[in-house]
Amino acid sequence: MQMPAPNPAILSRKAELVARLRAVLPADAVIADPAETRAYECDALTAYRCPPMAAILPSSTQQVSDALAICHEMGVPVVPRGSGTSLSGGALPTADSVILGVARMTAVLETDFDNRFIRVQAGRTNLSVTGAVEAQGFFYAPDPSSQLACAIGGNIAMNSGGAHCLRYGVTTNNLMGVTMVLMDGTVIELGGAHLDAPGYDLLGLVCGSEGQLGVVTEATLRILHKPEGARPVLIGFDSNEVAGACVSDIIKAGVLPVAIEFMDRPCIRATEDFAHAGYPDCEALLIVEVEGSEAEIDAQLALIEGIARRHDPVELRQSRSAEESAKIWLGRKSAFGAMGQINDYMCLDGTIPVSALPLVLRRIGEMSKEFGLDVANVFHAGDGNMHPLILFDANRPGDLETCEAFGAEILKLCVEVGGCLTGEHGVGIEKRDLMGHQYGSEDLAAQMDVKDVFDPGWLLNPAKVFPLDASRARRAARGRAA
Amino acid sequence: MTPRTEDELAAIIKGADAPLRIEGGGTRPIGGRAVGARLSTSAMRGIVLYEPGALTLVARAGTPLEEVEAALAQEGQRLAFEPMDHRGLLGTAGTPTIGGVVAANVSGPRRVQAGACRDFLLGVRLVDGAGRIVRNGGRVMKNVTGYDLVRLMAGSYGTLGVLTEVALKVLPAPQAAVTLRLSGLDDAQAVAALARALGSPFEVTGAAHLPGKATLLRIEGFAAAVAYRAERLATLLAPFGAVTIEDDPATVAATWRDIRDVAAFHGRVGDIWRLSVRPTDAPGIMAGLSGVEALYDWGGGLVWLLAPEGSAQAIRAGVNARGGHATRLRGAGADAFHPLPAPVAALQAGLRKRFDPRSILNPGLMASM
Repeated sequence: MQMPAPNPAILSRKAELVARLRAVLPADAVIADPAETRAYECDALTAYRCPPMAAILPSSTQQVSDALAICHEMGVPVVPRGSGTSLSGGALPTADSVILGVARMTAVLETDFDNRFIRVQAGRTNLSVTGAVEAQGFFYAPDPSSQLACAIGGNIAMNSGGAHCLRYGVTTNNLMGVTMVLMDGTVIELGGAHLDAPGYDLLGLVCGSEGQLGVVTEATLRILHKPEGARPVLIGFDSNEVAGACVSDIIKAGVLPVAIEFMDRPCIRATEDFAHAGYPDCEALLIVEVEGSEAEIDAQLALIEGIARRHDPVELRQSRSAEESAKIWLGRKSAFGAMGQINDYMCLDGTIPVSALPLVLRRIGEMSKEFGLDVANVFHAGDGNMHPLILFDANRPGDLETCEAFGAEILKLCVEVGGCLTGEHGVGIEKRDLMGHQYGSEDLAAQMDVKDVFDPGWLLNPAKVFPLDASRARRAARGRAA
Repeated sequence: MTPRTEDELAAIIKGADAPLRIEGGGTRPIGGRAVGARLSTSAMRGIVLYEPGALTLVARAGTPLEEVEAALAQEGQRLAFEPMDHRGLLGTAGTPTIGGVVAANVSGPRRVQAGACRDFLLGVRLVDGAGRIVRNGGRVMKNVTGYDLVRLMAGSYGTLGVLTEVALKVLPAPQAAVTLRLSGLDDAQAVAALARALGSPFEVTGAAHLPGKATLLRIEGFAAAVAYRAERLATLLAPFGAVTIEDDPATVAATWRDIRDVAAFHGRVGDIWRLSVRPTDAPGIMAGLSGVEALYDWGGGLVWLLAPEGSAQAIRAGVNARGGHATRLRGAGADAFHPLPAPVAALQAGLRKRFDPRSILNPGLMASM
């Protein structure tokens, strides 16, 4: 992975920078000792590491503003960091950068059940947002699988999704407003407790911009009342094609499940050995969950069962109780853990049109033989978001490289069939150099124009999202401007 | 000018040396007509792709909205954001296009539950003010590849680029729908009742208040579920008075079409304003205004106002004191769009300069010059 060479002029001013940051932040909020900055050398994409020059942990919007103004003035790159759970290297530092962690900003600022929103600081974890409103029967819908740890600020940066997007949408559909600090320290408010904002949809533009346009310090989030209940049905099939056709028929029939999860045979086997959820021995398995009152759930599951029966399932198991629901979800929820037991793995995140599912799974199977690495597929089938897990051995020389090459081929295939490189993990550094497969030079230029407007110096979260070649001229122009 | 293809459009824009007024069907001159030579998208039309099993539809920008809606209806699906028809309110004629819906981010009563047009927009193709052909997003529901210009384009009124193609997520149309009706509530009581309903698990898809007339809620879904939820909701709302339930499909559809299109203000004299506010703030804002008539949608979060000419200052003062914004859809003056705080206005101007360096696309709209 190529990263820009650290700027020696910046490195040489570290002492001055740290002194200035200490003047505006609490003493324990500026970390400059190399033994301590190592804690920030990577996020959940652990294959790439680089300790930052310093890390800061502000506790208010004002402190973020003060610190950014200093970095801006000194031309120091800043890498915003939520909880460091990014799977795409979205919070990977450069050696000449300052990590700006929002981990100390966890407060709930306002809850309003009449108007159905909560306002929180950006470091609050996803799950603890729901935690703050569940006593009143409410929840925050986006549920990335890292929700116990991941921060709302990171969710906004990556426009995170989760298993229930088919029904509730992703972060951008549940985000009402932000307080954000621009690189020069300017504080802006976008959106708020009302449903739409005047002017351009800058809130929508900021969401998913991977921390490159500003540092979000506070967020207003839509909260919903919990459904009365939810129950899944598990359906096994003897081919991926048939399972894919069943998904399409369910959707066409007018049912909108909250989740349709798909697992292929390698994934079923691995999770079964690990979690013993009692899954059938079959080629493909669907878990379809619906919500509502008991009667509504019964009616929807009956409809789904009727559709599934027309596709000759090898097994069909409708949950009748919370216990049975937990058992059905057990295997799916253990899938990643099960893979980790077997091997090192790389988790991909491409999205495809649902209709391309059988073709894509067949091609992945063929490529698996070509590259000599096994793959297991877990898939949010309702929305086409695939998570192929490529198994490799990190201790075997060359395996990681083979795995990366294989992963790149799968993502290119996703684009080829009409999908995209990343459905919910973000581009980060991981998919940066594949961007040219999805977008042409004009498409990327338009996106980089946005970056130029928000952060003319290209100081925020450097070297992510855009191929370095594509952004080189713009990054060089900043040097001349400064 | 009526280009038939994206390439023709790009050539026109590249060669333009004077302002262009971008038009789909010309039915939504929100904030007044832009100046310039008319550039219509109406010849770039047709549904490019429709996969009901994937809930996805892709159409060229000039495709008539009714063509899209008819194709969806054939498969029992629909645009869940329920785009309103501005013709009655603005006194326009013409054929609304799907591109116009996206360019103005047009939604209806269901926005409160399902989301706005921008929430259903999966991808766009456009030609920007420099004549660049730009693609963003795609046709899949989950896509975080690069910056989200899809949402930036929704509601930008053609000031950043001319849309040529849009990809939308669609949803199943429900089997049944009912209206719950309360009467005799003042504005504050009505908004409280709507909040109670919207904060319930019964999936309210419409929540409106017509002062002096009725307070209305909508529930949609499978027939059995709708009956059950309507009954539970009526019980929940009992403290606000008696609830009647209407289930005749034609009546329910007409009631919500009238709310969507603000039928009560059609043909009336005065300026038309659209306010987006925190729902519980709405009655207070109205109480501070005189000589206006209001209709509340989105549980109170969307307020339609019929107001005398020259009300801008009073309306915006009321909104600014509490948060939100107000746009004048019909009426004279240069202040139709809500002023933005300086740093946000600077970002907006910066984007406009990048995407339309010569300021030729719809100059004057969205406070752009």
